[in-house]
Amino acid sequence: MKIVVAIKQVPSRDSQLKVSSSGKWIEDSDLAWEINEPDAYALESGLQLREKSSGEVVVICAGPAGASQTIREALAKGADRAIHIETDDYGSSDPLALARIMAKALESEKPDLLLTGLQSDDLGYGQTGVILAEVMGLPHATIIMNIEEAGGKITVKRELEDGWFQNVEIPLPALLTIQSGATKLRYATLMGIKKAKTKEVRKVSASELHTDSPATITLDRIYFPGKTKRSQIFDGPAKESAAKLIEKLRFEARVI
Amino acid sequence: MSGVLAVLEQRDGVLHKMALEALAASQQIGAALNLPVFAAVPGGSGDALTGYKLDKIHVLEHELLKDYTPDGYTIALKQLIEKHQPTFVLFPHTYQVRDFAPKLATALGRVLVSDVIANRIEDGKLVLVRQLFQGKINADVRFEGEPPYFASVQAGAFRADTLVAGSAAVDKFAVDLKAEQIRTKPLDLFRESARAVDLTAADIIVSVGRGIKEADNIPIVKALADAFGGELAASRPICDNGWLPMERQVGSSGQTVAPKMYLAVGISGAIQHLVGMKGSKTIVAINKDPEAPIFEVADYGIVGDLFEVVPALIEALKKP
Repeated sequence: MKIVVAIKQVPSRDSQLKVSSSGKWIEDSDLAWEINEPDAYALESGLQLREKSSGEVVVICAGPAGASQTIREALAKGADRAIHIETDDYGSSDPLALARIMAKALESEKPDLLLTGLQSDDLGYGQTGVILAEVMGLPHATIIMNIEEAGGKITVKRELEDGWFQNVEIPLPALLTIQSGATKLRYATLMGIKKAKTKEVRKVSASELHTDSPATITLDRIYFPGKTKRSQIFDGPAKESAAKLIEKLRFEARVI
Repeated sequence: MSGVLAVLEQRDGVLHKMALEALAASQQIGAALNLPVFAAVPGGSGDALTGYKLDKIHVLEHELLKDYTPDGYTIALKQLIEKHQPTFVLFPHTYQVRDFAPKLATALGRVLVSDVIANRIEDGKLVLVRQLFQGKINADVRFEGEPPYFASVQAGAFRADTLVAGSAAVDKFAVDLKAEQIRTKPLDLFRESARAVDLTAADIIVSVGRGIKEADNIPIVKALADAFGGELAASRPICDNGWLPMERQVGSSGQTVAPKMYLAVGISGAIQHLVGMKGSKTIVAINKDPEAPIFEVADYGIVGDLFEVVPALIEALKKP
């Protein structure tokens, strides 16, 4: 089975973010980066499927030159090769424009299965996978916890709300968006890191693949939200803060 | 024709709890832009909606819409939208909507603005607010080009009790759909764990998140829950790791709670968690990151290292 996993590089979770001077994106020159966490689970699912049924895992990643860090890590964990769609930044494309570019970059690949994380930790549209499926004319299922393959089709376990699940049968080729946490993530081995250096990374330019369709949404500006509640925050030494909080809970909120 | 179309989710004839919030959002935007408001119910009945001020309720009828499939819903709603040409199409941001609405928007060459938390009108145009970076940053988003414009609204962002009463007629919309157009086959719905712990009954909940770092540290927070006489709960990553059972998970995939006091320890406050607890009467947050989104909803907060703050709280509780 040929499996393509779409991955994205995002600022690491504890980053202190600043809005850039354009007001449309974050200041990203001094940030530490990591693989988007749901995509790490998509990659893990792809690697586990390949181990069960043989075949190939190809990662595809859109981002600036710096995204090669995350691509190398995916190769070190065991992906066979990679496609790097080089873009100017992480934020300017809307998800439909990006899905169209990814579909073009994948034209020659003809994967049996496409996997993505269920959403990104940066833009958080939670749509790239579903849009890519529609652009490529594939059936899809979202928020997947488990994949069983047999005889040209797969049965997946979809997570629903309030603790419910549903099994769904899907013919291949298909696209799935993967939920975080359903399996354990592997670490890259020393051997994996060595091997990654020799693996193929095909670079394509986003601007060359860009279609002429005009954007249907625009991101006007980004900003830190104002507090919706009047919070009382204590940030002194732990003992002092603890005493103040307990006093407030007893005599102001009166909940204890 | 123009207007605001609210697409409402139901299962076995019962509306999803977020459906009326999307309807309220549609009425508000319709009133602000002077547009009529319509509802669409795929595969269900419109009976629960006839008491609201709506221009019409479109009930999409077909044998193949009884069980949800992304192909079936997309084909059906595309037909309705192409016939009635609404300006805006609004959804509640449910798991089901996340599954098919991006496909529907793509099929019509548009992009869904997902998980909207607020809106305003500027120069007669709708501006939508959504969250980036796990709720740390907000973004203003506008539609470009020709309608239809698609958006989904976050749980709790619009209030169902603001709905305007009135009356609405039901229109049965016959969908042209064939079995071979539906490629996925939905099987059984099931639940995994019996719910031994009913968090919804607790007056005080102390909840633990990623900040606890490892399973061996969980007792530190358990001791705080005991000191308050409350139940111990957790955010999703803790339950995914097996450090606490799934039945103690609060959030969109776990339980929704509204206790007298909810104390979040080392939980950053991703929206999937916030929707499960933001209705709590008093919210307290302990986190080392002063920018953590949990502080946005907190009444009281301590910025600091939980491994120092939690023992200090237990000490402080012992004093009268």
